[in-house]
Amino acid sequence: MKKWIAFWNILLKDMRTYYLKPPNINWGIIFPLAWTGMFLIRSGSGLDSIPALLPGLMAISILFGTTSMLAVTVTFEKKNSSFDRLLLAPISFDLLMLAKTSGAILFGIVNALIPILMASFIADIYVSSWPLLILAVFLIAVVSTFLGLLIAVAVSEVFEAQTFSNFFRFPMIFLCGLFLPVSKLPIFIRPLSYALPLTYGVDIMQGLVRGGNFMSIPISFAVLTAFCILIFGLSKHFIRKRWIT
Amino acid sequence: MDKSNMDIIVQNLSKNFQAVKAVNDISFDVRSGELFGFLGPNGAGKTTTIKMMTGLARPDSGTIITAGIDCSRNPKAAQHLIGVVPDESNLYPELTGHQNLCFCASLYGIGKAEREHEARKLLEAFNLKEAANRKFGGYSKGMKRKLTIAAGIIHKPRVLFLDEPTTGIDVASARALRVLIEDLHKQGTTILLATHYIEEAQRLCDRIAFIVSGKIVAEDTVHNLLKHDEGKHFLHVSHKGKNADIAERLYARFATMSFSFLKDNTFRVESSEPIIITPIVMCLEEMGIDVSEAKRITPSLEDVFVRITGLEADTMQKDKDKQGRAK
Repeated sequence: MKKWIAFWNILLKDMRTYYLKPPNINWGIIFPLAWTGMFLIRSGSGLDSIPALLPGLMAISILFGTTSMLAVTVTFEKKNSSFDRLLLAPISFDLLMLAKTSGAILFGIVNALIPILMASFIADIYVSSWPLLILAVFLIAVVSTFLGLLIAVAVSEVFEAQTFSNFFRFPMIFLCGLFLPVSKLPIFIRPLSYALPLTYGVDIMQGLVRGGNFMSIPISFAVLTAFCILIFGLSKHFIRKRWIT
Repeated sequence: MDKSNMDIIVQNLSKNFQAVKAVNDISFDVRSGELFGFLGPNGAGKTTTIKMMTGLARPDSGTIITAGIDCSRNPKAAQHLIGVVPDESNLYPELTGHQNLCFCASLYGIGKAEREHEARKLLEAFNLKEAANRKFGGYSKGMKRKLTIAAGIIHKPRVLFLDEPTTGIDVASARALRVLIEDLHKQGTTILLATHYIEEAQRLCDRIAFIVSGKIVAEDTVHNLLKHDEGKHFLHVSHKGKNADIAERLYARFATMSFSFLKDNTFRVESSEPIIITPIVMCLEEMGIDVSEAKRITPSLEDVFVRITGLEADTMQKDKDKQGRAK
């Protein structure tokens, strides 16, 4: 019970201090809107293209929301030593890391819901399984957040967290099938796509929104879950190694 | 030695940062309810030792037992028993004083009603009631230190680690903080105080360890540390002008005395016999050196520190003042 008091309050503190700040709320709305607008204009096919764009938009909203937010907030707290206060708390390291990442995961899920809500108002959106879509959104948010955690461990300055995040994120837009199917990528680049967790998350969403998946959905879920565990494990390992020296 | 009433037992603790021996095979223990001082200059290994004892750093070797729990193997196991006040005020600038205290209490699993009550109590005790709803980022340095101490004790720890609690704050705030530390000590909290202020250590601590370059060079009560100099006589001399042979000539002339040459044209004379000032002054004048001041001194903890460590007390003071200004 006591450890859950700590868990809940870390989450609550992060939500209040970082994620529910007006600039972040604006970010959650403006970012997907801007991308939608850009792609609608570029494709020229109007509202009909929205179902095709939606999985990519949701994925990019989650990816950009979670990675930068977590990497920046953790680096900020590490920089001003307030993260040490969390490390001194008598809760397990796993629970601490989960508490610290939960806020970003929730932020990512909300970021994904905004494009889908907006899309449902202006176009006919058919989703073959809402529970699976929510599960996919959740797993993408988790894996992206953990990626942000890994970035936070690798940097020591807040501005580095932002630039280092982009080093991973921008290539992922093109490599993970967000707007260009992986099957259309040159064959020598595809192994790189399969090495990135977002590819599997986007493929699940493509399958659920318009039946356009190229991998089996259960396999994609399994791979995505494995990526979550792997990246979380790596982050914990590096945090212990670098921050508890 | 009876270890049953020890809250902290440290044995052969070492920590290296590449080629630098930050902490070099130190051993000490702190009795339950004792206020133990760690006195040493910047970079002596005080903070690294505290970090190892609290689970923020891993020892290379040695053992740390806190309240009977082996922290060197499982630092998490004792964290509910300890409170830490780091050398930087590391609370959350975006939260108010009250919110910061409540958040810190929640990390120890304290329920809402109790943490709200404790936070209010501490804000009042630390004279921060008026600033309770102001953001921590807007606090003065002294207020920040006070709130950081309050955050370190809100869960009523059995053992409290205080790392340079009065560095970088004004005299009045430092005095107020020392009174608060004395009160905690009176209430029975075991305290490990790392400080570079000799007078602070002398005033507050039951026992003191001098730590220099990662090694404990002396450890005892203030009374016993001063006892080494009982029966000895000291003279402090300040002069103008220099002579390369000053040491050689003084030793030749006053063979029963010993001389410690400090910086800024000062030196200290030590003798087991009462020191007569005139011959020393005359000897210096013969060398063309003007004596600006020669005074007999009663040995203080600072003298003991200087004698044992070979460091000048004000060297570390200046180090830390610079650090305090930088914070």
